[in-house]
Amino acid sequence: MIESKNLAFSYPGLPFHFPDISCKKGEVLLVTGSSGKGKTTLLHLLGGLQQPTSGTITINGSNITALSTMKLDQFRGAQIGIIFQQPHFVASLNILQNLELASSLANKKIDTDKAKQLLSQLAIGDQAFKKTSKLSQGQLQRASIARALMNQPSLLLADEPTSSLDDANCEAVASLLAEQAAKNNAALIIVTHDQRLKQLFHQSIELT
Amino acid sequence: MIFKMAWKNLLHNRLSSFLCWILLSTGVAIVSLLLLLQQQIEKQFSTSVQNIDMVLGAKGSPLQLILSAVYHIDAPTGNIDFKEAQKWMRHPFVQKAIPLAYGDSYEEYSIVGTSSAYIEHYNGQLSKGKLNNNNFEVVLGSKVAAALKLDTGKIFFSTHGKSKHGKSHKEKGYRVTGILQPSGTVLDHLIISNIESVWNMHESTDDHREEKENSQQETTKEVVEIHHEITAVLLKFGSPIAKVQLPRVINEQTNMMAAMPAIEMNRLFSLFGVGFTTLQNIGWGIMILSGISVFVSLYNSLKERKYEMALMRTMGASKMKLLFLVLVEGLVLCLAGLLTGLLLSRMTLFFFAGGFEKDYNLVFKDWMLPLREEYYLAGFAVILGIAAAFVPAVKAWFINISKTLSNK
Repeated sequence: MIESKNLAFSYPGLPFHFPDISCKKGEVLLVTGSSGKGKTTLLHLLGGLQQPTSGTITINGSNITALSTMKLDQFRGAQIGIIFQQPHFVASLNILQNLELASSLANKKIDTDKAKQLLSQLAIGDQAFKKTSKLSQGQLQRASIARALMNQPSLLLADEPTSSLDDANCEAVASLLAEQAAKNNAALIIVTHDQRLKQLFHQSIELT
Repeated sequence: MIFKMAWKNLLHNRLSSFLCWILLSTGVAIVSLLLLLQQQIEKQFSTSVQNIDMVLGAKGSPLQLILSAVYHIDAPTGNIDFKEAQKWMRHPFVQKAIPLAYGDSYEEYSIVGTSSAYIEHYNGQLSKGKLNNNNFEVVLGSKVAAALKLDTGKIFFSTHGKSKHGKSHKEKGYRVTGILQPSGTVLDHLIISNIESVWNMHESTDDHREEKENSQQETTKEVVEIHHEITAVLLKFGSPIAKVQLPRVINEQTNMMAAMPAIEMNRLFSLFGVGFTTLQNIGWGIMILSGISVFVSLYNSLKERKYEMALMRTMGASKMKLLFLVLVEGLVLCLAGLLTGLLLSRMTLFFFAGGFEKDYNLVFKDWMLPLREEYYLAGFAVILGIAAAFVPAVKAWFINISKTLSNK
């Protein structure tokens, strides 16, 4: 589970103060707000990609704002799965190798069977050996969900996962995310301005 | 996984990786080939010149005299009077003197008339048959026997000069009595007879032109007594003063020439040394060029892969890992170039070895072994790889994850 207190961050001349956030295992929290309200910044803070100017973030009992860069890298690899707005992959590797890379970088045992299993759960099992440039946007988004789940993280962060998808795919991806998070018993935080998601998830915080 | 990724990344950027690889291979191949050639040639030339302090011959180019008398890869400068030469051969400063009479050949292999000291000088050992004790008996060098498929007991007719189509001495044939073991010296490429055979051969043919066949043998004997000529004498000094005194005296006071192999070979090496050094510098230049191309290639691919790198950080990769990844890519490229370059130089040498042996009596030995200089070459390639990858690697280290990810 994740909890944040008094989070603040400032770009030069542009300070942000974020409401306190709390999301338990198996729960889904929607963070909404229009553009420029610091949605992505908040996600980067929660994922430890950026250090807050003040405030604390506690994930599974560890205060990640106090960790060293190296410890934070390790922690992130092991505990947090992030799904970005644009699904990006290592272009020189195929989908399956990209999933395996997630385990390898987190210093976990490479589990090819698990990667294949995840891909077929997300209905892209037949794409495993293709380079990422050969997949459609929707397929890539699924693959990035699979990658985020590889290390069984306790926290899943998704940044506008549905903004580039049509209605049908939007719902499919959203429910897949929720389903997989529940299955892994992970806390899921979705940062979005996509109004369609509000109908699907009930817990939400709006950044103003 | 890091190594696998580095490899995959290089394959992903096929063209620029290929360019770097080709450049470095070429650079390494040139440098290593020249190192090998220089080492082999100098080694070969200096083993043949061992224990020969001075060569006595007809006036002309001293270098030509050395190349013809010691290595048998040039035409002789002319003939000298044997009696005249003997004065110097018996000089108290001289420890060993080997007279040589050459100029004839068989199938382009030189026939050298000499004393038994010649074979001893090069530690020649018989592998078959016996030494040439009588006139018109010859011992073959190992390469000659192998190339011409001549065996003991066979008889052949020599040709005047070194060309295949020269006038042949049809009157008398040489009989093969023995074959030498390979010695790695100039012996391997020679046909060795005694001096009298060579004298006999020429005087008899001269007679043949002028006189009737019946009286041939009788006149030959007379002529032999009167003017013996030889081509050169190999000398070894017993006293260090000789090195300073003898050549000067001979060159100034006689119509013969004294040449010092050590000096002439040094002159030759320094002559083609200039060419070698220039080519070698070009090789090093190409290597540095390849280093720059490795740098540009990594730098460019890093620009494209910045997002990938940030992504890897979000998946738990440490800064160190990314730095290492880029360094490994640079190193793999350079090591691949180094390996193929070394291989290429040896393959080239292998293909040329036959030609060198045939034209210059140069036998390449132990050329598969890495030279000491090639360890420096390997070190240079490794340093080049690290240096070329250093800046991109440091850039990978300092990637700002959040900024990179939100910019795209």
